Amino acid sequence: MDLTFASISEISDAVKAKKVSAKEVTKHFQGRIENLDGKLNSFTSKNENALQDAEAIDSRIAKGEDVGPMAGVPFGIKEMLCAKGMKATAGSKILENFVAPYDSTVVARLKKAGIVVMGKLNQDEFAMGSSNETSYFGAVKNPWNLECVPGGSSGGSAAAQAARLVVGTIGTDTGGSIRQPASFCGVVGVKPTYGRVSRYGIIAYASSLDQAGPMVSSVKDAALTMEVISGFDDRDSTTTQKAVPQWSKNLKADVKGLKIGLMKEYMKGSLHPDVQKTVENSIETLKKMGAEIVEVSVPMTEFAVPVYYLVAASEASSNLARYDGVKYGHRAEIKNLSAIELEDFYGLTRGEGFGKEVKRRIMLGTYCLSSGYYDAYYNKAGQVRRLIMNQYLEAFKSCDVILSAVTTAPAFKIGERISDPLTMYLNDIFTTSTNLAGLPGLSVPFGMSQDGLPIGIQLTAGHFEEQKMLDVAAALESASAVKGKHPHVI
Amino acid sequence: MIDKKTIEHIAKLARLHVTDEEAQEYSAQLAKALNHFEQISKINTAGVEPLITPTEIEAYWREDVVKQEFTAEEMTANAPAKAGNLFKVPPVV
Repeated sequence: MDLTFASISEISDAVKAKKVSAKEVTKHFQGRIENLDGKLNSFTSKNENALQDAEAIDSRIAKGEDVGPMAGVPFGIKEMLCAKGMKATAGSKILENFVAPYDSTVVARLKKAGIVVMGKLNQDEFAMGSSNETSYFGAVKNPWNLECVPGGSSGGSAAAQAARLVVGTIGTDTGGSIRQPASFCGVVGVKPTYGRVSRYGIIAYASSLDQAGPMVSSVKDAALTMEVISGFDDRDSTTTQKAVPQWSKNLKADVKGLKIGLMKEYMKGSLHPDVQKTVENSIETLKKMGAEIVEVSVPMTEFAVPVYYLVAASEASSNLARYDGVKYGHRAEIKNLSAIELEDFYGLTRGEGFGKEVKRRIMLGTYCLSSGYYDAYYNKAGQVRRLIMNQYLEAFKSCDVILSAVTTAPAFKIGERISDPLTMYLNDIFTTSTNLAGLPGLSVPFGMSQDGLPIGIQLTAGHFEEQKMLDVAAALESASAVKGKHPHVI
Repeated sequence: MIDKKTIEHIAKLARLHVTDEEAQEYSAQLAKALNHFEQISKINTAGVEPLITPTEIEAYWREDVVKQEFTAEEMTANAPAKAGNLFKVPPVV
């Protein structure tokens, strides 16, 4: 078996059948990380106990114990998620030395399913960014072209997965942070329905939008990972009590009779010609496979980016208030320790600890929530958010899944957009409305640009309708131009 | 109007020290972003209840039972400064 390109199930089955040990698998991927990550900067820390963890799985298998559906599968975890005994920096100086005292529910469930945590993956600071250039630990490079960004904020997860430094990764998506880097790096990324996956132990950015999900190499691996991480958690009151479907077992690349919605608002924008061609090809492919293409309309998505940034920044300004230098994280050196102003203590600590983009969003959020502006910004954004969700619910009465581009263009060059925040924010035009409405969304690799960069297709479904979305993705995957191609860095 | 004075006021509310250079930069950038975001003011939202959580999930309450999940040592392990099991902070006036 070629371990480098094996699926989650192939590795797990081989480990359980003792054809290969979890320790051998772990060593193989440790070697890949050692050899290749210097070019990518996708890892922020490595699990020093990975081999012992793998040995523990091997010894449980030797005793005949059930070790779960991901036995010995090496995983990388985004920095936002706590994994006991490992750093969880959120890509920020303010949490540079923070060691998580517990596992997030996502990590706990993955461990129960048998994975080996290989390390933590780089990200934009507190998931604020669309290019992975705002991390305190430096920018991540796109393995298809080292001069390009991998996308953000889960850029480390996308790059590590695309370069096959691990077999699976976990990212988080607040406004497209799984789907956009998945598209830029040619991997499958799924943002589940809000409430499917527990946020317990995930460092909060915008609580009503954040959702963790898989970033892996195939739709089947995504379905399997979703089954492991989803489900009710009594530590997160926003998780649903709905049963978790067996997406991977029910997966079928069959779209006959399905109605694929094309949002007319998304078709009128100016797309890069390579992205436009990829979208058109995907529509033709699905038509040939027996799907019906229908036009739908969600006019309020025109306002999704402003609503997203107003809601996300407001929630961020509240969530990030906890970083005060008292209980954990960075603390500024206060020269006169005998007596200081409390506001200086907080202000200096936070001023030193947060990066530019984070400060910018805290400032924006604080402004929106401040007296005199709350109704005009935060409250108004919440009202428009409801209109967006209602229009989506209406659209899903006439289609099963909505298809669109993930981004207007393929991966851009490092440094190209970082100095103009508004341009960077507008980059999220196709992904943010999904989070606002709490819908599931995914990106599946489908096209290649003239410059040799992968391009994803975005699929969005109604609440808790992940199966339809995964089925359409599997159909597209079977005809993908990215299939069989690998990044140059490999 | 997001002038330097407004930025200083917001920074005070956010307990966030910003340098003069940053204040200048944020003033221009926030003004540009908010100017763009103003477009939502045109939308008629009369009588629309703001959406706070995007899926209708029934409120769930855990039983109010005390659990010993972490020791005091674990809870203070990441403290920038501590005295025994206590968080230590500089004296403030």
